[in-house]
Amino acid sequence: MSVTVPTPLLVRLDDYTPLLGEPEVAELRTLASRLQLRTVQMVNSTAMGGGVAEILNRLVPILQELGLAIRWEVITGGNDFFEITKAFHNALHGGPYTMPPESFDTFLAYNEQNRLRIRMEAEFIIIHDPQPVAFIRSRRDHSGHWIWRCHIDLSHPNPTVWGFLEPWVNRYDGAIFSSAAFARHLRVPQYLFYPSIDPLSEKNRDLEPELVRGTLERFGIDPERTILTQISRFDRLKDPLGVVRAFQIVKRYFDCQLVLAGGGAGDDPEGEAVLSEVREASANDPDVHILDLPPSSATEINALQRGSTIIIQKSLREGFGLTVTEGLWKSKPVVASAVGGIPLQVIHKHTGLLAHSVEGTAYQIRFLLSNPVIAERLGRQGRAYVREHFLITSSAKRYLALFLHLLDRH
Amino acid sequence: MKKAEQPFQFKTASYLTRITNQVATNLKRLREGLETCSDTSIFNHTFQTLSRHHFLTQGFSNDFAQWVLAACNRPELAEHLASLDIRDYLSLAALRADFRRLVSEYCEQNPQQAEQSAFEPFYFYEAIGVEVPLQMEAWTLRELRDGLQNLSHAAFHFHFIASRLRLQLRTNDFSFWLASCLDLATLARRVNRIDIYTNTLESALHTIIGLVDRELDP
Repeated sequence: MSVTVPTPLLVRLDDYTPLLGEPEVAELRTLASRLQLRTVQMVNSTAMGGGVAEILNRLVPILQELGLAIRWEVITGGNDFFEITKAFHNALHGGPYTMPPESFDTFLAYNEQNRLRIRMEAEFIIIHDPQPVAFIRSRRDHSGHWIWRCHIDLSHPNPTVWGFLEPWVNRYDGAIFSSAAFARHLRVPQYLFYPSIDPLSEKNRDLEPELVRGTLERFGIDPERTILTQISRFDRLKDPLGVVRAFQIVKRYFDCQLVLAGGGAGDDPEGEAVLSEVREASANDPDVHILDLPPSSATEINALQRGSTIIIQKSLREGFGLTVTEGLWKSKPVVASAVGGIPLQVIHKHTGLLAHSVEGTAYQIRFLLSNPVIAERLGRQGRAYVREHFLITSSAKRYLALFLHLLDRH
Repeated sequence: MKKAEQPFQFKTASYLTRITNQVATNLKRLREGLETCSDTSIFNHTFQTLSRHHFLTQGFSNDFAQWVLAACNRPELAEHLASLDIRDYLSLAALRADFRRLVSEYCEQNPQQAEQSAFEPFYFYEAIGVEVPLQMEAWTLRELRDGLQNLSHAAFHFHFIASRLRLQLRTNDFSFWLASCLDLATLARRVNRIDIYTNTLESALHTIIGLVDRELDP
């Protein structure tokens, strides 16, 4: 059965004032003043776990506090439904689609079941990702404003799956993508909404220096020496072996340690294999710290990022790359690959340094270690960039602007 | 203290970014895009980008120059494009014409480079503005100062940078009001001289507040 998620109300808008300044928070209230009691429904497929749920858990209370009558609905389905949507997800990222043709009927049947249970009567309806895409059937006589919010990179979708989804998407009033590179040529207007992080979440809030130091020491990392860190799943697309090779080059010039921290090895056979390869490549170097962390490690990740000298993200492919956003928010100089959403965040030589190879990554790290004043400036500018574009409050502002625009357009 | 006949009405503008289907993968395509993209696209990549990147006070001018430098590795053309100062333009058509001219001249003189693939494509976006009045107005210089202290970045950008296109004058909303409603022409000129390329929005705003303070309490 589908559920309406109770609105979490732990953080208040005023809590963001010390980070953003009074005028910025006041502006959110000004923008919302024309939207008081306007109804909004957000629909997605999970209340907990995953980036979309993480964003909605913060965004919904903020919009509610701003005076919008917002509801968050979560669709449900059997294992067969989620196997199909997982297959959709992989296929939309360019993989093959091996499910039988009748899987599309099963997908639509679950959409129909959920659709009949959830009354879609709000003025603004935001449907997140492909799982509930067929909810657009609930629209009657062009009522309400229906927007499809796509959090997936659609740059190279499997034609079978995209061929099935595209006609549904074209029935909406618009679509939102996280990057122009992730979008498709559609018949409907497309808007750019960056993903965002919450600066008050456990993963991003300020930490006491003692906690940062204590966490480093608990993992056997020397807080007094240079620390290079990549936070990511043990996944070949994150190129952890490339990071080890870049570190080995840097180590010829600088005394430093490498931290590779992430999860995914425990429940993923490929992750386990990658972890073994990384351990082998590091050749028992005591300065390489490989940390396979459980999912509940937000504070540890926060501390590792804050304790680092440089944050690395040497991905071969990437979605938006929120680990980069997290590093920038912590005023860390970032060296990252120019893939996916990373160049949207790392403006080369302004908010970080981009690289295209192992050698390039090593060179940029050496450059920053030799030029700490530049590293400090990049970190400072990186944080400023995140503050204005990639925080949850920026997401709220974009939704307010979208709603106002849709009202003005009609 | 003089009271104006017309108050200064503070407003703000929030911008949505719309993805168009126009993409440039080399300088030749950039030239074509500059010919056919919408005015809101030119606005987005020049006026609006100054707001998005205002904290970069060195080496960032507009999206076209940044892309030509970072993705095409053409520093000479990038410098020319970066040197176009939006304060010199009263219309987007004139600004577009100069961008197009500079890119065209480069492509004609460097036909091989014009067709070389960029590292990253350039996506043409459009800025869709939503204007909202703030519950603040100023009838006197002191009230203007009080209002300035409470302005967000977006509101300040709206009055100080985007205003030129609205006014069709080489000035901004503050200077225009100071000169025309309070007869403070010298202060208006000083405010208008503030360099928006080497200041952040915060530092430009603080400079204006400082100038107003000096006028209030010389």
